[in-house]
Amino acid sequence: MSGVEEPIILLGRNDIEKLLSRHLCAGLIGFRRFRDCGVVEGQEHIVAERRTIVIDPVTRIEGHSKITLHLNEEGQVYDAQFHVTQFRGFEKFCEGRPFSEMPALMARICGICPVSHLIASAKACDALLAVRIPPTADKLRRIFGLAQVVQSHALSLFHLSSPDILLGMDADPAKSNIFGVLEKNPQLAKDGIALRKFGQQIIERLGGKRIHPAWVVPGGVSDPLTADDRDAILKTIPDALAIAERSIVWLKGTIEGFRQEIASFGNFPTLFMGIVKPDGGLTFYDGKIRFVDASGTLVAKDLDPADYQEFLGEKVEPWSYLKSTYYKPKGYSEGVYRVGPLARLNVADRCGTPRADQELAEFQELQRTAVLSSFHYHHARLIEILYCIERMESLLNDPEILDKHVRAIAKANALEGVGAAEAPRGTLFHHYKIDEQGLIRWANLVIATGQNNLAMNKSVLQVAKHYVKGEKITHGMLNRVEAVIRAYDPCLSCSTHAAGQMALQIQLLSPDGAVLDEVVRN
Amino acid sequence: MSPTNVVKPGTKPVQPASNVKTLQIDGKDFSARPEETILDVARQNKIFIPRLCELEGLSDVGACRLCLVEVKGSNKLLPACVTRVYEGMEVTTNSPRLAAYRRMIIELLFTERNHICSVCVSNGHCDLQWMAQKLGLTHVHFPYRYPKANVDASHERFVIDHNRCILCTRCVRVCDEIEGAHVWDVMGRGIDAKVVTDLNEAWGNSETCTSCGKCVHVCPTGALSEKGHAVAEMEKRRHFLPYLTMMRESQE
Ligand code: FES
Repeated sequence: MSGVEEPIILLGRNDIEKLLSRHLCAGLIGFRRFRDCGVVEGQEHIVAERRTIVIDPVTRIEGHSKITLHLNEEGQVYDAQFHVTQFRGFEKFCEGRPFSEMPALMARICGICPVSHLIASAKACDALLAVRIPPTADKLRRIFGLAQVVQSHALSLFHLSSPDILLGMDADPAKSNIFGVLEKNPQLAKDGIALRKFGQQIIERLGGKRIHPAWVVPGGVSDPLTADDRDAILKTIPDALAIAERSIVWLKGTIEGFRQEIASFGNFPTLFMGIVKPDGGLTFYDGKIRFVDASGTLVAKDLDPADYQEFLGEKVEPWSYLKSTYYKPKGYSEGVYRVGPLARLNVADRCGTPRADQELAEFQELQRTAVLSSFHYHHARLIEILYCIERMESLLNDPEILDKHVRAIAKANALEGVGAAEAPRGTLFHHYKIDEQGLIRWANLVIATGQNNLAMNKSVLQVAKHYVKGEKITHGMLNRVEAVIRAYDPCLSCSTHAAGQMALQIQLLSPDGAVLDEVVRN
Repeated sequence: MSPTNVVKPGTKPVQPASNVKTLQIDGKDFSARPEETILDVARQNKIFIPRLCELEGLSDVGACRLCLVEVKGSNKLLPACVTRVYEGMEVTTNSPRLAAYRRMIIELLFTERNHICSVCVSNGHCDLQWMAQKLGLTHVHFPYRYPKANVDASHERFVIDHNRCILCTRCVRVCDEIEGAHVWDVMGRGIDAKVVTDLNEAWGNSETCTSCGKCVHVCPTGALSEKGHAVAEMEKRRHFLPYLTMMRESQE
């Protein structure tokens, strides 16, 4: 499909305003068609033309992006693209920096999951130092990472997605937020907020600062854990566990009502990738990589994360700043794989903690094969929360945890290092090369959202094909398209912490491309 | 600048005690020896005058201009660190005009190189950052220059990051006056000025450097740091400086 895109108006101004008020942060919602499809002027011809629907930006996700839906002459969706429109270029601007600054520098990539970047980056630096970090440092980093998963998952599930689940996909958009949840199910909203706070407070206790803590350093961590802090954290665990239990019961109770969504939200065969412990158990910190296919069969195992370039291919599509990653042996189109909670539970044999294992067994019952629907990311997230809390408790009760030796001191002993960890959204790789002086020469990051990119695009298409029909676009349709993206919890780092302050733009374009009206809110 | 008003680097001539000058700082009366500067008197009397290039134990050069004060009878602002007192002097250390100029100086320092506090080894232990906060700096009103500055990590133990240098020349002075090695110097003029080791060679190749680390610890920002420190970990220790000076003076 070649030709110049020429926007025309489909919606009246009032409709646009209504849509705007519904979508808290929805920006440009434009309808376009391609000039080379035939008739040019006038709205009356629209139905007979191919059009493009643009949702920009996508709301209630972390970052800036837009979705383009291409409609054919019959008004049916034939293609969909999820564009990441922000470009941050971290890999470029860390060149020339001393590697010891990398963890904290990398933590700045994201305000939601700085800890994951800290950990992956510090692990890459450990590889540059060529040291084995003290066992206590290893455990402390694990706790740090687990706390981060809890808070990030809580944010995704309760703050961003629970409105869709509790109030329904067609709910009044003005209510489709955490405040609407608070009204309908106060306990749930409070639980979500409390659970996020639980994770945040652990991070704060360990790292000293809630956002962007610089406690994780090359060679270990900068300060040991005090007995007071340990006891304080342990005290908060029972409540958090109770919340996780309650929430799982709630979520399982809602699943019946979403049969259609489960069937259409990215419900297709792909591979799944994740890091597992040597025994096949769930882990977020260290281990070997596994791939399973849609039937749940192991495709590859015991892959060393440091060799990621051998089995992961990266491709840049012209329509997005996000690199798409695929499993190399299967090629670009066959090698689509998913990462994150759903993938981790599909690749792991067990969680390794009692309660999470019970829930995992039930989860695996959802489908005889691997669990395929991305709708189940939410469910997987809750099981992981449960696991994280249980696991933190046992790590904190380890007598070694208060040991004062938490940092290995060394100079750079290797010129190249890879660090990998499971971030809340999936496997994260940091790969650095340095010169003899210890300055970064080259860096490459493989981020979860990039790895889910192909699957996300397919999911958007699947949902759009199922729900977007004819020329009338309802809120419910648009919301489902966004909701499937939310299920993946993509972190496009990172501008939506303050919804009210997000820059917002709506443009009304005439057939010749002139801006007829524009609403801008800063 | 007339030479009589400038203290020669490293020298503080002993004067007969009877030769006492009286002056006013912020409306209060003080007395001082004639070789003393306004900053000396202010410091002895716990009057705060902001400063960055000045460091007790080193000579004063008046590089940063942060210590500018108003002196009655002079329509230009004078740097307190290199202006000697005189009889009947009336000094104002704080006024809206001074505050505005000082903030402007700090802003210009921030725009001149690439100071990114959040990822700096000296975050939280930085004189520039501290001073900016102290002077109530909230915004930088000038366009940033984003110069391309390099990092020299060729030395075994230390790193110089020119992105964070404010050209206070403390390193130059401590190396020359205290360590006696004179590894550091300033090269280039105006906006192109930068500190260099030896004759602008890689620090790691310097034959004069004794690796004592004094320059690192007097550096007010993260420009000079010890290798291997993660962000916010570089704390400078400067207690050695007055101690060294004192020991030397007692030996003389
Ligand atoms: S302290 Fe006087 S000019 Fe810097």
